[in-house]
Amino acid sequence: MHFTPTPEQQQLAESVQKFLAQNYSFEARKKIVASQEGFSKEVWGKIAELGLLSLQVPEAHGGLAPAPVETLLTLTAFGRALLVEPYLSSAVVATTAIRELGTAAQQETLLPALSSGELVAVLAHFEPRARYDLEQVACRAERHGTGWRLDGAKAVVLHAPAAGLLLVSARTAGGPREQAGISLFAVPAATAGLTLRSYRTLDGQCAADLKLDAVQLPAEALVGLEGGAFAAISSALDQGVAGLCAEAVGVLQATLDATVDYTKTRKQFAVPIARFQALQHRMADMLMHVEQSRSMAIYAALRAGSADLAERHKALSAAKVIIGQACRYVGQQAVQLHGGMGVADELWVSHAFKRLAALELSLGDTEHHLERFVALSRAAS
Amino acid sequence: MDLDFTPEQQAFRAEVRAFLEASLPEPTRRRVLGGLEITRGDIEGWQKILHAKGWGAPSWPREFGGTGWDPVRQFIFEEESAAAGAPIQLPFGLKMVGPVLQRFGSPEQQARFLPPIIAATEWWCQGYSEPGSGSDLASLKCKAERKGDYYLVNGQKTWITLAQHADWIFCLVRTDPASKPQAGISFLLIDMRSPGVTVRPLYLLDGTHEVNEVWFEDVQVPVANRIGAENSGWTYAKFLLGHERTNIAGVGASKRELRRLKAIAARELKHGRPLADDPAFAARIAQVEIDLLALEITNLRVLESETQRRAPGPEASLLKIKGTEIQQQLAELMMAAVGPYALPFDRAAIHAEPAEPVGPSYAAPLAARYCNLRKTSIYGGSNEIQKNIISQMILGL
Repeated sequence: MHFTPTPEQQQLAESVQKFLAQNYSFEARKKIVASQEGFSKEVWGKIAELGLLSLQVPEAHGGLAPAPVETLLTLTAFGRALLVEPYLSSAVVATTAIRELGTAAQQETLLPALSSGELVAVLAHFEPRARYDLEQVACRAERHGTGWRLDGAKAVVLHAPAAGLLLVSARTAGGPREQAGISLFAVPAATAGLTLRSYRTLDGQCAADLKLDAVQLPAEALVGLEGGAFAAISSALDQGVAGLCAEAVGVLQATLDATVDYTKTRKQFAVPIARFQALQHRMADMLMHVEQSRSMAIYAALRAGSADLAERHKALSAAKVIIGQACRYVGQQAVQLHGGMGVADELWVSHAFKRLAALELSLGDTEHHLERFVALSRAAS
Repeated sequence: MDLDFTPEQQAFRAEVRAFLEASLPEPTRRRVLGGLEITRGDIEGWQKILHAKGWGAPSWPREFGGTGWDPVRQFIFEEESAAAGAPIQLPFGLKMVGPVLQRFGSPEQQARFLPPIIAATEWWCQGYSEPGSGSDLASLKCKAERKGDYYLVNGQKTWITLAQHADWIFCLVRTDPASKPQAGISFLLIDMRSPGVTVRPLYLLDGTHEVNEVWFEDVQVPVANRIGAENSGWTYAKFLLGHERTNIAGVGASKRELRRLKAIAARELKHGRPLADDPAFAARIAQVEIDLLALEITNLRVLESETQRRAPGPEASLLKIKGTEIQQQLAELMMAAVGPYALPFDRAAIHAEPAEPVGPSYAAPLAARYCNLRKTSIYGGSNEIQKNIISQMILGL
């Protein structure tokens, strides 16, 4: 057991940090967020050049998977920069889904395109009214001629407007809350009958709600086995939770750093406000949240590939609970300690606050994961 | 001791309720109940209706055109108004500069400035904070030099709420740089149209434009616009801050928001059942409901002591801290209630319900409101400063 990255991993982390320092200042990010697309193709290209899009791609297809530590370090650095490019959605979640579920032919075509950055793919799974329930799929796929016909809706699909390919889950059998009978379909963004209602999220990322109205797909659009997609979807979303935890650690640490810096320079009553014990204790509490989060992000990264499903789910839920609580506490206190400047749009910290709020609500909020942890603990005993 | 209101107070409540039902404009009511941003028109329109009824200044004595209501009646009025969906009455004139004018202003100043506040023909804003002077307000630097019968004002104020609409600003300025910080401050009323006054917007994290920077460059302010004595402004400022805190508990508005939270939780689903029936979420709602109940009783206790002609004291700090914590928790729970649908962010949804919302229509403004309400534990004397006041003034530490 050890918690030190290898020299190669350290080198990778440093090259990511250097790339972000050169290309992703707060000002540069603001321009990207304000752009029509809501992400930068140039930045995406450079992320691909650094080899970061192949961390979840198996070696057989030219990638580096499994690379949990590399993914952890990369996403932590991205978190620090409040990156809005579709890394987690495409390079982690969608890539995992293809890797775990795709036929040999699908992997052959899609994985190289994903790792070169040429293709952005996004998993569209959650549905309106389903909240965070993974099993609740009402979207239907029926055989139609030699292919398929899809009807339904998907909710708050992060980065969908940036995607060339949407991996849409739909029910080919079973009742609305069953794991069995869920299938996954590769739907090109330009397919007739697929409409995106695009918007920005609270933290400035692009996202969309999807409507599928008699979407016609060829037989080969089915990813993997008919009715057997649930395990891979859950696995992909577990990798997503682990990645999100890593990203959160980066945001949390940077938010704490910004707060400490601010309180050291902001003077009131003739002294830096960092001298006040009440505020020192507040920042000590923030630090404890950050360190507990870092521990759980490591734990999540190393357990996300575990074959023991119950252990894996429990580990990820535990991590998301600790990190969700940290996101709330650290975000709220950072704003509070910045005073009026904390709620001003011009300061970085208000953007970090919104990102932290969004991270807590994404891929299951704290309450959802606490409940899942309880259910898994009960099932095991 | 008796928790019930007297028959007279109950009759008064019924009268207020009937008036609100008959007089509150429907578009305004819908914006308030929907948690949307209220407009200048909402505030002005409602103030004029209240003025016509003779209720324009619920907290003022009759001699200044107020209702002469005791603090309990004021509380009942605020609670009923909030419940019905009435917009807040702007505090800057009615609850801040108004009481200062009544207590410390000259008869000429009272005659000039008080009536337009009730009639909503003049807007006020508050010029206290500066970039270097927030919690440490007494360190303020905005300078006013005496030049015969006027002051020459130079400096900057910041976080000025609704300065973009204001006709007048009441300002704390430094008139004696040599003496102790608190001793060299004066209280000036400045016409926002004076040459040399510049207003610059500050945008908040949810994209709203509520606050501004106000710059003064060689602004001439008649000495007649000074309240009270030169260099005594700190006394008036402290008097005013006491008043600001009494109204900050916001019990009536929080009760309304609690109802909205429950309504949202009843419509949202978790595992296919109403979220309101989920034990974990129901417990979170119950906790804030209980906190609010305790705050209401505390608030009524403070009101009683005020009624016995004691000025609002340091216990007002307790109301400010608990009141703002509850407001923030309610906003947080509403956002949590809609789960993933808190994330789509539509700037326009803060002003008006979107015609075709992405998720449920009530979800659209919730995340923005959660972000926006972080300001409540910062403004009006941050909650840390309120705790200093409690430690020093109540505990004698």
